[in-house]
Amino acid sequence: MLTHLPILQVILPLMAAPSCLVLRRAGLVWLFAFAASLSALAVSALLLQQVLANGPISYALGGWQAPWGIEYRIDLLNAWVLLIVSGLSSAVLAAAHTSIASELDGGRQTLFYTLYLLCFAGLLGIVATGDVFNVFVFLEISSLSTYALIALGRDRRALWAAFQYLIMGTIGATFILIGIGFLYMMTGTLNMEDLAARLPTLGNSAAVLAAFAFIFVGICLKLALFPLHQWLPNAYSYAPSIVTAFLAATATKVALYLLLRFTVTVFGVEFSLARLPLESLLIGLGLVGVFVASTVAIYQVDIKRMFAYSSVAQVGYMVVGVGIGTAAALQATLLHLFNHALMKGGLFLALAGLVYRTGACRIEHFRGLGTAMPWTMAAIVVGGISLIGMPLTVGFVSKWYLIAAALDRDLWWLAVLVVLGSLLAVAYIWRLVEAGYFREATGSAVAARGEAPVGLLLPTWLLIGANLYFGIDTRLPVAVTAAASQFLLGGGP
Amino acid sequence: MSGSTLLQLALLIPPLALAGIQLTGRWENLREAVSLVAATGLFAVVVSLYQPVLDGGAIASHWLELLPGLAIAFRIEPLGLLFALVASFLWIVTTLYAIGYMRGHGERNQTRFFSLFALSIGAVMGIAFAENLFTLFVFYEILTLCTYPLVTHAGTDKARRGGRVYLGVLLGTSVGFFLLAIIGTWLLAGTLDFKSGGIFAPGTDPALLSLLLVLFVFGVGKAAIMPFHRWLPAAMVAPTPVSALLHAVAVVKAGVFVVLKVCLLIFGLDMLKTIPATGWLLYLAGASILFASIVALRQQNLKKRLAYSTVSQLGYITLGALLATGAGMTGSALHIVMHAFGKITLFFCAGAILVAAHKTEIWELRGIGRQMPITMGAFLVASLCIIGIPPTGGTWSKWYLMLGTFEAQQWLLMGLLMVSSLLSIAYLLPIPLRAFLGGERPLEDGAGEAVAIGEAPLPSVIALSITAAGCVYLLLFPDTFYRLIAAGI
Repeated sequence: MLTHLPILQVILPLMAAPSCLVLRRAGLVWLFAFAASLSALAVSALLLQQVLANGPISYALGGWQAPWGIEYRIDLLNAWVLLIVSGLSSAVLAAAHTSIASELDGGRQTLFYTLYLLCFAGLLGIVATGDVFNVFVFLEISSLSTYALIALGRDRRALWAAFQYLIMGTIGATFILIGIGFLYMMTGTLNMEDLAARLPTLGNSAAVLAAFAFIFVGICLKLALFPLHQWLPNAYSYAPSIVTAFLAATATKVALYLLLRFTVTVFGVEFSLARLPLESLLIGLGLVGVFVASTVAIYQVDIKRMFAYSSVAQVGYMVVGVGIGTAAALQATLLHLFNHALMKGGLFLALAGLVYRTGACRIEHFRGLGTAMPWTMAAIVVGGISLIGMPLTVGFVSKWYLIAAALDRDLWWLAVLVVLGSLLAVAYIWRLVEAGYFREATGSAVAARGEAPVGLLLPTWLLIGANLYFGIDTRLPVAVTAAASQFLLGGGP
Repeated sequence: MSGSTLLQLALLIPPLALAGIQLTGRWENLREAVSLVAATGLFAVVVSLYQPVLDGGAIASHWLELLPGLAIAFRIEPLGLLFALVASFLWIVTTLYAIGYMRGHGERNQTRFFSLFALSIGAVMGIAFAENLFTLFVFYEILTLCTYPLVTHAGTDKARRGGRVYLGVLLGTSVGFFLLAIIGTWLLAGTLDFKSGGIFAPGTDPALLSLLLVLFVFGVGKAAIMPFHRWLPAAMVAPTPVSALLHAVAVVKAGVFVVLKVCLLIFGLDMLKTIPATGWLLYLAGASILFASIVALRQQNLKKRLAYSTVSQLGYITLGALLATGAGMTGSALHIVMHAFGKITLFFCAGAILVAAHKTEIWELRGIGRQMPITMGAFLVASLCIIGIPPTGGTWSKWYLMLGTFEAQQWLLMGLLMVSSLLSIAYLLPIPLRAFLGGERPLEDGAGEAVAIGEAPLPSVIALSITAAGCVYLLLFPDTFYRLIAAGI
């Protein structure tokens, strides 16, 4: 049983998804999906523990050995990301029942859970597999279900947002497929480990460069790295609140994992960071992303959209970490991966609570929220403070590592810019605080107020509490990410 | 009780008070009783730490380690105790004052007000007793965040604007410069623990040290060195007890205390003297003193004038620290105490005038001394304390600061201190003098009827009398504090 853990992780939600269609009753389906997600979480926790104890786990799918069959390879990096994805998915699912019941009508709820589990399985598959074509397959599974999930939004613009993402996402996936094709052509293998061994021997082959370019751009599209982020704000603002929380906490994280996996493991740091001008490209795009997206966020009226832009900015920080390329910087990126999932998961769930009560979350709905929904508002404040990067929250931990990594390489200007970027976060967070505590509710926003239901509030505070807990007791994330980044730079996959 | 238990108590009483105030929020008198008891208890705890610290006992407490080498830890050193003594004593007095003020002025959300007040004092204790820069930074930021709602307390557009400037400048400088300086220090020195004599190895690149010092001095926005002083006048939209305790004592003193501590325990006086940036920053502090005094002269709003006077006086403390001489340091530390007593009295008086006579502008105060003799008498005494002439404690700090410039042979700065003392006479003394000697005209309202004005509510009057008496007391018995400073330097 234990040897099958790597695949169990993916199979569980994949099998559970169609079973949802049989159950039909919304409450039952929810319980079932939640149980599936929880068991995936348990599996990934077990996996991480085993990897920490015994090193990487290799699993041959169907008993076919690697060059012919598909290999699943769990090392510290993907064990960590698996834990994040399944943990956040479980927290978001815990809140899903209350929120989805109010945002979707009965028949569609079953559909929602089916799609959700499919998307979840796809994301886990991308992370767990050690085969690049398999990555593409799972990418399509997760992407297609994501388009449908976004289209479930109540606002008719959700359809447009889903279509926009469909176009962009398909271009991204196609690019990745083309790149994989080139790689296969040049090396004759799809296994990541073999690719990593054979690519350096090919020297400056134009086909390898083209493959890298296609894969890189494709991943950046999925990652919503500036300037390829256009699809993200629409998708986040019009999708059902729960979907937004799920995507913000997991989907971009998985894309970032892919970026790391391809640049560091498959192509190797030597190739991607030293030979190609990727270092300046990543740092440059990351920083521009931080500043442009944060500035745009300040002027948003729709708060879901505001946090969507903030997500684009936060992706910028993570990419900067990859760009710096030292072990310390990669550690900062991996930490932020986790931390940002906690922040945005908590924040979007809190927004889901607001949407539950008022039907929307524009800035005017925040007026007087401090008295009307004290717990929801407090969650947003704590999450926001974490986003800014104040001490005693997780945001501080990742920022500290990123700045220290920059200074360690004598990049003073970079450290200064990172710090200035977080000041922009102060500006957009504080608009909410001002509206929530120092303005009276007016007009239509007053009606139908009250604290969010417990079903939403508990998961929200679970994540917000985690923001504080892991900001104070940093042992687990710091230890795992330190080992993972050492491992990444230390050798092959 | 052992020292470290007392230390824990000092850190925990304010958060406990917060809980108590929240629980008893519905019963006003009980709630205020909780505040008073907590304040008195805190002061008693801090006082009981006095003798052990003077005897040189190491009182420390290690809470938790966030990241390797970054711990939340506390260790009492004499200067921190000095700061804690002043802040905790004035918390009692201010609570007394606030009871009269908030009720007399009919303010809303009083429970929130008193809760955050307690929390702010807790943050001050954290700053005072921090063992390393990181702990200090954490509490520094907490202090900013808990005082922000106090600034915007009124909830008006003006209050929100003031709050935005307040938060913008304080968070901006602390995250933009202070944090960077801390990380830089960590990378250069490998530790963030305060250590007597400094933590940098001899022979560290002076250019880097200069950069760090500049980042520190600008990064501690609470010390209000120009051009990062704008938050202080902006914060004057807060209710007066907030202006009094936080923006004359706790917050701004936290700022200069950090500067003092960084100069003394991160750089060390010997190293500080050799850093090229010190000279420039000295003149910057001097310019800050001078310009703020001139701006203060032009302010017609009483609280605004006091705010700019604070900016100017904070410049004295920064300047004294940067002189890097024993006398300068002593003067700075003493001025933390003297200015605290003087300025809190002035703000108490401003608030008392607002509550009793509803006046905020200086030209309205002509002749008011006959109706409010105690208030204006206290104002006179406190003004003298700020200016630094007997019979008040301010004499001592100004004396040592002068001595410091003499030791460092900074003749220009010595002249500057004298000019600025004259300026402070010009912007402070006319107020009480006109109040006592001016005509009676403004005491009639538009219809020509005389308006009856008396003293402010009793708790407020008691409070401002206590602090004014404190100003005089400090002239006669500065020894309590002087011994601490001598032990600290």
